[in-house]
Amino acid sequence: MSMVGNKLVRVEKLYKEFPVNSGLLEQFTFEGGRMVRRRESVKAINEIDLEVEKGEALCLVGESGCGKSTVARVIMGLNKPSSGAVYYNGQRIDNLSPKSLLPFRKRMQMIFQNPYASLNPRMSIRKTLEEPIRFHNPTITKAEAAELIADVMESVGVDPGWGERFPHEFSGGQRQRISIARALSVDPEFIVADEPISALDVSIQAQVLNLMMEAREQRALTYLFITHDLSVVEHFGTRVAVMYLGTLCEVSPTRTLFSYPRHPYTQALLSAIPRLNEERPNYIKLKGEVPTPINLPSGCVFHGRCSYATARCIQEIPKLRNVGEEIWVACHAVEEERLDA
Amino acid sequence: MALLEVRNLDVTFASWGGNLVALRDVSFSLEPGERLGIVGESGAGKSVAAFAILNLISRPGYISGGEILFEGQDLTQLSPQEMRSIRGNRISMIFQDPMMTLNPVLTVGVQMTEVLHAHREISAEEARSRALQTLTRVHISSPEKRFDQYPHELSGGMRQRVVIATALLTESSLIIADEPTTALDVTIQAEIMDLLLELCELNNVGLILITHDLSVISQVSQHAIVMYAGRVVEAGPIWEIVNNAQHPYTQGLIGALPQQTTPGKRLNQIRGVMPSLSNIPEGCAFNPRCQLVMEVCRTSVPTYTNIGSTRVACHAAGSAQTGNPLSLEHNKT
Ligand SMILES: Nc1ncnc2c1ncn2[C@@H]1O[C@H](COP(=O)(O)OP(=O)(O)OP(=O)(O)O)[C@@H](O)[C@H]1O
Ligand SMILES: Nc1ncnc2c1ncn2[C@@H]1O[C@H](COP(=O)(O)OP(=O)(O)O)[C@@H](O)[C@H]1O
Ligand code: SF4
Ligand code: SF4
Ligand SMILES: [Mg+2]
Ligand SMILES: [Mg+2]
Repeated sequence: MSMVGNKLVRVEKLYKEFPVNSGLLEQFTFEGGRMVRRRESVKAINEIDLEVEKGEALCLVGESGCGKSTVARVIMGLNKPSSGAVYYNGQRIDNLSPKSLLPFRKRMQMIFQNPYASLNPRMSIRKTLEEPIRFHNPTITKAEAAELIADVMESVGVDPGWGERFPHEFSGGQRQRISIARALSVDPEFIVADEPISALDVSIQAQVLNLMMEAREQRALTYLFITHDLSVVEHFGTRVAVMYLGTLCEVSPTRTLFSYPRHPYTQALLSAIPRLNEERPNYIKLKGEVPTPINLPSGCVFHGRCSYATARCIQEIPKLRNVGEEIWVACHAVEEERLDA
Repeated sequence: MALLEVRNLDVTFASWGGNLVALRDVSFSLEPGERLGIVGESGAGKSVAAFAILNLISRPGYISGGEILFEGQDLTQLSPQEMRSIRGNRISMIFQDPMMTLNPVLTVGVQMTEVLHAHREISAEEARSRALQTLTRVHISSPEKRFDQYPHELSGGMRQRVVIATALLTESSLIIADEPTTALDVTIQAEIMDLLLELCELNNVGLILITHDLSVISQVSQHAIVMYAGRVVEAGPIWEIVNNAQHPYTQGLIGALPQQTTPGKRLNQIRGVMPSLSNIPEGCAFNPRCQLVMEVCRTSVPTYTNIGSTRVACHAAGSAQTGNPLSLEHNKT
C-alpha cells in the first residue's frame, strides 16, 4: 500500500504465529495408519501491511486478542516476526542483531498498559529515569543527567523533589506519567503506546492523554497508539487502523472513519460505542462468535459474522484497496459496491 | 413498598493502623423493576456497597451501621443461613469476572440445573429443558452443546451470558451487576447490556448496575448515584445528573470524557487523585481537587441538599456557581 507523506515505520506482509502449548500427547494424531505429530499454532497477525507517517497519531483498534499487541511487539523488536519485514526510516530492522538494533532502541520507545508492571519496584524514580538516559548517552555528566531528569519529571507533572521515592508510593496515573517520562527522557521520535490509559480512571485518563498530546506537539512525536476505547481514538488519533482476527479491515483518517465507516466490521464496532445519549443506539448485532485464531476461517476472516458475506467471501481473502482519499478497505462487498452507505 | 432501601449504611475495615471506613452514610432506594446505576472511580466504594447488600463483607470488614431493607426485611439482621436463601434466589449477582459465579469443574448444565433443584421440587427432565430454554433466551448458539461444556470452553461474553441465564432461573426480583461488561469488548458489551435491560423489563426485575462508565449507565438505568471516597455525593434521575450535574466532582467526571471536547483539543481533567481510605481529607473529601472549594469545605462535611429531583452533598449546592458548565447540548444530535 502506498501513501503520500513521510513514512517513519513500515511493516510489510507481517506474519506472526505462536505455537500452541498443548500437551505432547495431544500433538499426536493417528492418520492413515500412522502416528503423525501435528503442531497447532495461533495466527496472531496474518500478513499485514501498514505504514506510520511522521508526526501522525495512528490508532490501532480491535477487539481483545485480534493481534494489536503483537503488532506493537514485533515493531519494537520484542518478538521476531515469523515472516515479513519491519522498516524504520527505510531501513529494515526486524532482522538486526541486538547490537545493531541499539541506535533504533533510543528512537523508538514503548509504553505499556500496566503502570504497575512496567516500573521496577525496587528502583527509585530518579534511578528509573536515569538508567535509559545513561544507557543511551554514555558520556553524559551526572549534573547534566540530573537536569534532564528534573526537566522530564516536571514536563509530566510529577514533582522533581520526589525523585527518591519508589513506584509503590505513587498512584496508577502518576506511575503511568512516570513511564511516559521515562520514554520521553531519551528524546525518541516514535512511541508505541499499548493501552496506556486502559487501567486508569476517567479523570486520570484525561490527565495522561493531555500529556501525550502535549508531548506530540512539543516534540514532533509520532505515535502508534493501541486501544480498544473508540472514544479515545476519536479524540486522539489522526488516523485509525481497524483490526479483526489478525488482519486489517480498514485504515482511514479518523474523521472519515467515524463519519463514514466502510467495512462491515468497522460499522458494527462503531455502532456499539456507548455514548451519553438519551436514545439507545441501534447497534449492529453480529451473528456467531469470534472464531479462534488457531483455525482461521477461509477467505475473509469476518465472513462467519458478516451479513453481507457471499460465496466469494468464503473463498477469497479480500485485500486492502484504496477507495479514495487515503481510505483503505479490505472487503469484497465494498469493492463490488454492494454496501449501502 | 420499595424493593430495596439502604439507609445510612456504614462499612468499616478494621486494620492495624486504625479503622478504615469504606462506606459512610450511604442511602439510596429502588422501586420494584427500577434500574439504578452506581458510578465512581476505582476505590470509591461501589463494590463494597454491592457486597454489603448481599451480606458478603467478610472480616476484617463489617457493616458498622445502617439498615438494608429488602422487600421490607432488614438483611443486616438475618442469620447466615437465612441470607443464603436470599442470595442467588431472591437477589442475583453478576460480577466482572464470570468465574466468580461459575464453578470451573462443573458443566454449564449441571450448574444451571443445580440452581433449579436447590430452591424447588423439579424433575431432572424439566430442569434440563428449562435450562436449555433460558440459554436460548440469552442468545447462546447451540444450547445443547453448551449445556455439556465447561466454563473454560466458552468465551468471556458467553460465560457472562450463562451467568445471566442462571440468574433468570431463580425468582430474583433484584440483580446486582458489578462491572459486568468491563472485561468485554464493545460489541459484546452492547449485547449483554441489551440483554440485561430486556430481561429486567420483561420480568419486572430491579437492577443495580455498577460501573465506572457513565455512558453505559446512561443507556440502561433510570436513576444514578455518584460515589466519591465512600460517600454518595450526588443522586438523582440519570438525565438530571448527565445534563445538569450539581456536584463539582460529577461535573468533572462528565467533563473529562473525550466526547465532551473537540477532537485533538486538551481534555478537561480533574486535578489530583482520589484519596485512599486512610487519608481522607477533613470536611468535604473532594476539597483538595475542587475548583469551588471554600473555607467551610475544609472543616465541615457537607450535608445533603435537594435541588429539583437531585440530592447533592456540597456546600456550594444551589449557589449560582454550580449547574453544569459543560452542558451536553452540543452532543445531543
Ligand atoms: N507469546 C504468545 N504465545 C502464544 N500465543 C500468543 C502469544 N502472544 C499473543 N498470542 C496470541 O496471539 C493473538 C493476538 O494476541 P495479542 O496479544 O496481540 O492481542 P491484542 O489485540 O493485543 O488483545 P488485547 O486487546 O486483549 O490486548 C491471541 O490469540 C493471543 O492469545
Ligand atoms: N478487604 C478489604 N480490606 C481493606 N480495605 C478494603 C477491602 N475491600 C475493599 N477495601 C477498600 O474499600 C474501598 C472501596 O473499595 P471498592 O468498593 O472495591 O471500590 P470500587 O468503587 O472500585 O468498587 C477501597 O479503598 C478499598 O481499598
Ligand atoms: S469480504 Fe465479505 S465477509 Fe468480509 S466483510 Fe466484506 S462482505 Fe463481509
Ligand atoms: S463541598 Fe466544597 S469542596 Fe466539596 S465539592 Fe462542594 S464546593 Fe467543592
Ligand atoms: Mg494487547
Ligand atoms: Mg469494584
